[in-house]
Amino acid sequence: MKKLINDVANVVKEQLEGMALAHPELTVRYKPTFLCRADAPIKGKVALVSGGGSGHEPMHGGFVGQGMLDGACPGEVFTSPTPDQMVACAKAVDGGAGVLFLVKNYTGDVMNFEMAAELVAADGIKVQNILIDDDVAVKDSLWTAGRRGVGTTVLAEKIVGAAAEAGYDLDRCADLCRKVNQYGRSFGVALTSCTVPAAGKPTFDLGETEVEMGIGIHGEPGTHRSPIAPVDVLARYAAEQIIDDPAYTRTVREWDGAGWADKVLTDEPFARGDQVIAFVNSMGGTPVAELYAVYRTLAAVCEEKGLTIVRNLIGPYITSLDMQGFSITLLKVDPEILKFWDAPVKTPGLVR
Amino acid sequence: MHKSQILDWLRRLDQVYTEKKDYLTDLDAAIGDADHGINMTRGFAKVMEKLPEVADKDIATILKTVGMTLMSSVGGASGPLYGTFWLKGGLAVDGKEALSAEDFLRMIEAGVDGIRQRGRPEPGDKTMYDLWAPVVAALKTRAGNGDDVAALVAAILPVAAKALADTIPLQARKGRASYLGERSIGHQDPGATSSYYMLETLNEALA
Ligand SMILES: Nc1ncnc2c1ncn2[C@@H]1O[C@H](COP(=O)(O)OP(=O)(O)OP(=O)(O)O)[C@@H](O)[C@H]1O
Ligand SMILES: [Mg+2]
Repeated sequence: MKKLINDVANVVKEQLEGMALAHPELTVRYKPTFLCRADAPIKGKVALVSGGGSGHEPMHGGFVGQGMLDGACPGEVFTSPTPDQMVACAKAVDGGAGVLFLVKNYTGDVMNFEMAAELVAADGIKVQNILIDDDVAVKDSLWTAGRRGVGTTVLAEKIVGAAAEAGYDLDRCADLCRKVNQYGRSFGVALTSCTVPAAGKPTFDLGETEVEMGIGIHGEPGTHRSPIAPVDVLARYAAEQIIDDPAYTRTVREWDGAGWADKVLTDEPFARGDQVIAFVNSMGGTPVAELYAVYRTLAAVCEEKGLTIVRNLIGPYITSLDMQGFSITLLKVDPEILKFWDAPVKTPGLVR
Repeated sequence: MHKSQILDWLRRLDQVYTEKKDYLTDLDAAIGDADHGINMTRGFAKVMEKLPEVADKDIATILKTVGMTLMSSVGGASGPLYGTFWLKGGLAVDGKEALSAEDFLRMIEAGVDGIRQRGRPEPGDKTMYDLWAPVVAALKTRAGNGDDVAALVAAILPVAAKALADTIPLQARKGRASYLGERSIGHQDPGATSSYYMLETLNEALA
């Protein structure tokens, strides 16, 4: 393993210390660990908080700032953070209008954020958890823990963050977040494994001439392996998995103010004439130039399928440490979503 | 079971998780994300730091402290699950300095109920619940027999060992392992394994 680290035990902490030095507009706290806007809490504004395992930078800490997140809770590398972090963060950023937890659908994240919501609500703070579960590589929700939360998370943090900044209340922020999640779909492809610092060796073995299709963001296995192919073939496959994905139904748990309530949600498939934001993401080890080669094919497939790309985002935004590979996210937009996508944002990881 | 035996149990458990760290992580590498041993070791190291502060308190306080500590240090899926297990277990034996077989049953039952509420596992989902559900059933049938806790734990250990082995042929339907589908078959569940160590270690502490 070759990495720019000191002691593996201090990787996350030292990286956060560097971030705090580089970005005085952020406050970084330890014991428990969280980041928040230095100007938090903002009175009367809904506070957006996300979090998850580290190793996906710039997500989530790099998206804390004006027009996006108010706070973020980083866990150990690829391990969900803990409720005490989330509670401390929520208390630090709540400006009286409540806290929206944006939760990627992984069992660990879901359970830790559920405990946090119960604790925050017990302290008299309004709270809501909205799940992001957009990875079409996971087909069914009955035999699995459901679709994983991947690329749509970045877009949701941007869009809902802008809505909160514009004065949306907690219910409207939650509704918008749920809609963005239901309008977004993603698919990822890995060319190499990643190496978790504490493990010291690649998470899985992938042959020189193989790629893993349908990969998540933690080196979890994908749907299948196939021989390496030209980028046109790989990008087309990923795009078609997303665009041809049928309706998806699952049950999610949301906080109803007093307890947990089950909600059945169905995401409708894309349709000809839809306008979309196209997001081509690097898993960390793939250079940006190669992402443009992916985008070139993606644009052609969208045109064939009758989708109009109205905005795009290209770069490493939700990564998997040093993994080579890419993911594509398509998000159907309406005027509300587009308006908040275009709103200004000022964070270490995304500026407009 | 006296309080000193519970403290001994926790100290031994910390050692066991340290010894089994790589094994648990390898089990998790096969069907998860290769962190279960790391998570458990980190959690129990923190429990060892906290233990001196509460060692002279009642059993409930000790168990609740273990729960709160695990909840805030383990992370992942097992953090909230084990956190709830110890917390609910502690709440069920409030005010005690020693546990009878009936108290022990109540503690385990409440803890396992906590796991069920938090993770909503079904039997056969290939989780730690597949270890605990048969253990609770076996404890219930034996707890009224006049056994003390030591005899009770010794008697149900084979049930736990069988339940652990029975996770191998299951296909995972909860947690990270579920993404593997049929490829999760043939591997022992890491969470069920760390749960088994709790009982095995308790048996040693009471011997
Ligand atoms: N819904 C659930 N109910 C009960 N037990 C579960 C559930 N999901 C997972 N588990 C247990 O948790 C164990 C995995 O714990 P681990 O500490 O590795 O967390 P994780 O799933 O890797 O979380 P993270 O991905 O956030 O690190 C599994 O082996 C299983 O026994
Ligand atoms: Mg794991």
